[in-house]
Amino acid sequence: MSTLTPQSVKESTAPRPRLGWLITDSIAVSRRHLLKITRVPESLFFALIQPVMFVLLFAFVFGGAIDVGPGGAQAYREYLIPGILAQTVMFAVAGITVGITEDASKGIMDRFRSLPMRPGAVLTGHTLASLLQNILVIGILSITGLAVGWRIHNGFSDAALAYLMFASFAYAITWVGAWIGLHMPNSEVAGTAGLAWIFPFTFASNIFTPVATMPGWLQPFVLWNPVSCLALAARKLFGNPTPLLGDSFPERYPVQLSFAYCFLLLATFAPLAVRAFKTRNK
Amino acid sequence: MTLAIKASGLAKAYGDVIALNGIDIEVEQGTVLGLLGPNGSGKTTTVRILATLLQADSGSARVGGFDVATQADEVRSVIGLTGQYAAVDEYLTGRENLELFGRLFHLSKFDAAKRATELFDRFDLSDAADRGIKGYSGGMRRRLDLAASLIGRPNVLFLDEPTTGLDPRSRQGMWAVIEDLVSEGTTVLLTTQYLEEADQLADRIVVLDHGNVIAKGTSNELKSQVGGDRIEIVVESAADVAKAADLIQEFGSAPATTEEVTKTVLLPVAGGSTAIVNIVRKLDENKIAIADIALRRPTLDDVFLSLTGHVTEGNEESSAPAKGRRGRKGRS
Repeated sequence: MSTLTPQSVKESTAPRPRLGWLITDSIAVSRRHLLKITRVPESLFFALIQPVMFVLLFAFVFGGAIDVGPGGAQAYREYLIPGILAQTVMFAVAGITVGITEDASKGIMDRFRSLPMRPGAVLTGHTLASLLQNILVIGILSITGLAVGWRIHNGFSDAALAYLMFASFAYAITWVGAWIGLHMPNSEVAGTAGLAWIFPFTFASNIFTPVATMPGWLQPFVLWNPVSCLALAARKLFGNPTPLLGDSFPERYPVQLSFAYCFLLLATFAPLAVRAFKTRNK
Repeated sequence: MTLAIKASGLAKAYGDVIALNGIDIEVEQGTVLGLLGPNGSGKTTTVRILATLLQADSGSARVGGFDVATQADEVRSVIGLTGQYAAVDEYLTGRENLELFGRLFHLSKFDAAKRATELFDRFDLSDAADRGIKGYSGGMRRRLDLAASLIGRPNVLFLDEPTTGLDPRSRQGMWAVIEDLVSEGTTVLLTTQYLEEADQLADRIVVLDHGNVIAKGTSNELKSQVGGDRIEIVVESAADVAKAADLIQEFGSAPATTEEVTKTVLLPVAGGSTAIVNIVRKLDENKIAIADIALRRPTLDDVFLSLTGHVTEGNEESSAPAKGRRGRKGRS
């Protein structure tokens, strides 16, 4: 009695290098998620409505009570929009956490893992689709911002760099959400846990109020908080008001620090998430 | 004889719970092996290890000639897997699902589309191909799921409880499809809790209980282990059960068993039809009223009961074998 001799693996799977397959597989997976957005347009609608509400609330309701220096309400609106963009990028992460937990608790993850695809592509495809959705939301929010009086004062290249920074951060932070999602038992827990860590980072930051208004013991956290760095960097690049606390490192080099955070997040959480994916349920 | 699946000494524990206790499995190419057992017996764990989803703690396995631990990619390119839950994306259409899996199987765009169309035709889903899966019935979902696992024309197909939760008609449909695949030369490893299903589809059966192989063989071999035919007599009055069993014992080939609650006496017999006549006469002479009498061929249920002391259905029995005896006790 003999065991089957390995037959030549099907020709289609043979020649292409692993990176090539990672890219094609990721595109196929991200296409799945993008199709899903078109099937459930409500998800995109509500992803948009929330930050737009925040813009309106803070621009017209709370904004008057917050002082960001000379210029009054108009200055606050200019201060606000980069903060809202940073907040939006953060909140989008909760969505991928739930999405990944949901997939993982259903049979479809097993199907993916039983296919000869690159395993990492399940995650890169999902994060790429999430990035595309983020870019769309950032675009629409920018237009909303322009409508309430936000302006870009510096040149095209600075503004382009700011948007590149938002996109990079959006992509990098998504991997944190993916990693968390792979450790959640079900999508209900994922929905709560996926938001829980986002709140302190989002609100203990300079996105709505200047650092100087916060208690001294909190200020170091707020200054170094990646969300603050991102908002401050964007304000600098757009030429919006930047009420500073002093001349600490994060206030002097927010753009560099933001990109460094992107790199660090990606370099840490992408491998962690891929590992968690491969070993989940093993 | 060529083996499409060969596993030896597979063991897996989750903490203190032993899911698999070192099992050996061999499946000849082009045949169907039925893995039979109650919930928690280790069927799904076995499939997950063989389909590279799970790593065994010890033991080794080759599928399609490749080692599941060290050649997972190669194994994945020759297998198909259909799990207990329809593993498809609810929000996409049937076609989008199949094309997605085809692409991830590394078919070209053209081939993936062509293969999807072929499979829709074959599984009678052409009309529903471009509809969202949310509108599919349970049976349609399972067929789509099976179609998805066939995208890469697998040599070895794993079916983990393929008909659980289906209505009888959809189940028959699934069986027909599986029989077709086998006739084309596909090797199938099928897990099931339904004895009827194993009986119908499997060339050989492996019975699992608590992570151990407790029996293997063809359906007929297993049945012969519990002896031949049995006669089941239901008497009118519960008080007569014991007396009836004693009276008819002389016609039996083994001790009768009784079940007071259902007023039933079960007697293993050698020559079924002659025995019936004798039993009816004997009971009638002794004024014991018979409510029902039937000749029963052994089923795999009987096999399971005689091997493990508990029946197959449900979890409760498997975790509490004593309770699972259902009041049936042997008489001598």
